[in-house]
Amino acid sequence: MVTREKAASPAEHKPGAPREPIFELEDVTVSYGDKPAVRDVTFDIAKREITALIGPSGCGKSTLIRCLNRMNDLIPAARVEGNVVYHGQDLYRPEVDPVEVRKRIGMVFQKPNPFPKSIYDNIAFGPRVLGMKGDMDEIVERALRHAAVWDEAKDRLKTNAFGMSGGQQQRLCIARCLAVEPDVILMDEPCSALDPISTGKIEDLMIDLKQEYSIVIVTHNMQQAARVSDRTAFFTVTPEARIGTLVEFDDTEIVFTNPKDPRTEAYVTGKVG
Amino acid sequence: MLAALISLLTTTGIVYALVKETIVFFGDVGLGEFLFGTKWTPLFGEPSFGVLPLILGTFATTLIALVVAIPLGLAAAIYLSEYARPRVRKTVKPMLELLAGVPTIVFGYFALTFFTPEVLRRFLHMDVAIFNALAAGIVIGFLIIPIVASISEDSMRSVPQALREGAFGLGASKFQVTLRVVFPAALSGIVASIVLAMSRAVGETMVVLIAGGQQPQWGADVGKSMETLTAFIGATAKGDAATGSTAYKTIFAVGTTLFVITLVMNLISIRFVRRYRQVYE
Amino acid sequence: MSTHQDAIGRASGSQRAKDLAFRLTLLACLALAIGLLVVLLVDVALDGAGALSWDFINNFTSITADKAGIQAGLWGTIWLMGVCACFIVPVGVATAIYLEEYGDPAKWWNRLIELNVQNLAAVPSIVYGILGLAFLVRGPLSLGNVVLAGGLTLALLVLPMVIIAGREALRAVPSSIREGSMALGATQWQTIWRQVLPAAVPGIATGVILALSRAIGETAPLIVVGAVAVIAFNPDGLDSQFTAMPIQIFDWISRASNNVNDYRPLAAAGILVLMVLLLAMNGVAIWLRNRYEQKW
Repeated sequence: MVTREKAASPAEHKPGAPREPIFELEDVTVSYGDKPAVRDVTFDIAKREITALIGPSGCGKSTLIRCLNRMNDLIPAARVEGNVVYHGQDLYRPEVDPVEVRKRIGMVFQKPNPFPKSIYDNIAFGPRVLGMKGDMDEIVERALRHAAVWDEAKDRLKTNAFGMSGGQQQRLCIARCLAVEPDVILMDEPCSALDPISTGKIEDLMIDLKQEYSIVIVTHNMQQAARVSDRTAFFTVTPEARIGTLVEFDDTEIVFTNPKDPRTEAYVTGKVG
Repeated sequence: MLAALISLLTTTGIVYALVKETIVFFGDVGLGEFLFGTKWTPLFGEPSFGVLPLILGTFATTLIALVVAIPLGLAAAIYLSEYARPRVRKTVKPMLELLAGVPTIVFGYFALTFFTPEVLRRFLHMDVAIFNALAAGIVIGFLIIPIVASISEDSMRSVPQALREGAFGLGASKFQVTLRVVFPAALSGIVASIVLAMSRAVGETMVVLIAGGQQPQWGADVGKSMETLTAFIGATAKGDAATGSTAYKTIFAVGTTLFVITLVMNLISIRFVRRYRQVYE
Repeated sequence: MSTHQDAIGRASGSQRAKDLAFRLTLLACLALAIGLLVVLLVDVALDGAGALSWDFINNFTSITADKAGIQAGLWGTIWLMGVCACFIVPVGVATAIYLEEYGDPAKWWNRLIELNVQNLAAVPSIVYGILGLAFLVRGPLSLGNVVLAGGLTLALLVLPMVIIAGREALRAVPSSIREGSMALGATQWQTIWRQVLPAAVPGIATGVILALSRAIGETAPLIVVGAVAVIAFNPDGLDSQFTAMPIQIFDWISRASNNVNDYRPLAAAGILVLMVLLLAMNGVAIWLRNRYEQKW
């Protein structure tokens, strides 16, 4: 099932060493209007690790990840209950400004969404809007290098970003995210619109980025989760009410080779989902 | 937010202006005489304020306009939607847009200097006055064809292809499919377009002012002058009436009548448009 | 079996005739409509070509038909368009942004504003003239029959067009752009001002140009608001009296022509100048649309 060895990295978690949680979720329920989409979720996300959220369609993985940077605020009917704690602070306290939250917790979307501007302006948008100081050219170059797309972009920084291929656009979006120097990067099925080669490049990138950033990734590709993540959360949908629930959360190796819950086993061995 | 209020202000402004002066007007003139009288001579020494001749004038020109616009407009819509090849559509649609973009004063000029003398009198040998309601009505009809055509075409094109294919599959001819399947399915959009066109015709000023004449008529001779609500407002306002004078007030009274008529028509049309959009979206 | 085939054969024959007749009727109607347009344009061109000259553009109107020209009208129109544009762009765009990006459609007052805009789009233009007369020329603002009043009246007339076009342009910007911007930590206003609005500019510009080309040909509201027909100077300020091309054309049409002074060709020539201006504006709008249209 695991088709590629995970690249060894200095920040790799050694079993037994203490993890530092940056997100702690407790009994989180997200509803749209009256209907709950995902219910009673409790788990944590550790620093400088890749945490994967997997499960069948409709189990609320995307809904949940959007809670972490308060993107659900953009949907009028969305309601979040329970505790979403980030670095010891409740993200949903009334005094918290969602705009500030998003400066620290960045997001990469399923379909690459570059702005209709030049590559340079795409990257520069975040720093400009956030009022970051420094040489913009340097900031742009650093972000593009970090996202492993500098070589492909450096000769056409002023051309429209739409001229890039899908895989390049997605790495551009990652670079854009990195340019504002976030703490956490959320990725909502970042490779599902891309071809296998681009997917591979982005997976390598993720493992690389893990050294500095904490990453949460939603994916419906189990192999991908197995390849890149340190810990995995498996969600499913309750059969009657169609509400998402967290079934199992553990080290990735355990989830995939020795799952505790029969539903997890059924999913990862391909019997369902 | 502030800017949006301006549009609200505009409506309130229109309503307020019209209502205020109209109320004053009806201080002088009885409502009954206004609505039901048949002589409109407000500026005579012995004035009469029956507005019916003006309404008749508006009604007559609008009716004539619709007689022209509905068949031609629908024909254009049906052709563009069901029959025309893409290349034909690409040439014809801009022409209809051009027709829609010609200023109404040009149509007025055309009605007076060409249509009445050349078409009606010389070509058709009709005995009409130089200012007559027929020419004005027909030209307005052409003016509003694009409204009927474009909204109806829109409505017909949004009828799902599946409906047509179902009928073709049963062996119906194109003529039958168009008339018995597409047309009824698109009906609410078509009705909306007609009501909107009617409202436009009612509000049209320049064509009637130039070619329709400034004598109100309480009769049915469209070959003669028939002043409309709009033409009256235009002619009177041109004369620079003093604030507070009877003439000034008549502008507002007639204006209110006009506004109410078109408002009702617009609300009806909006209703129909909403219905046809809902069904297929 | 054979009767069945006969039935098909017969139906086919008369059916095809009906189809053809129908198709031809449609074509004839279409030809009639377009034909009239062509006749109209040719008639105006023939009538007016003779009077069209540089003198015509440079002269002011005059009793002597040979010496009359459209300069006052041309400049009056330009001034009016200027005032109009200065009003409709900020107000129209702001209203469109409010309705599209901020207004909650569930609130009743937002729905009222929407309905309002739709209604205003269909009110007869002469009623706008009455509005202008009551509030701008006389009444509370009492500007008098000056350029500012005329321009604002026209602006109110075409404002709904700009609002509607603006909304369409904003709506066409996909929400993924907004999400991408917000996810970086931009505020809603920063997102609108720096991403959404710039992307919508071509659509908005097209809408503004189309609105202005509607305004340029409007006569009725200007009559009511008091544009002067016989005037021999160009506007020298927002508070000066004015005329406009359609008004001058109307004046020439209304004058009785005789052998000494024939005003008809003047009217036709004026129309030609107006139409050329209109065609130019529409051409720019189409060019803008084609060049800058964003394919998402």
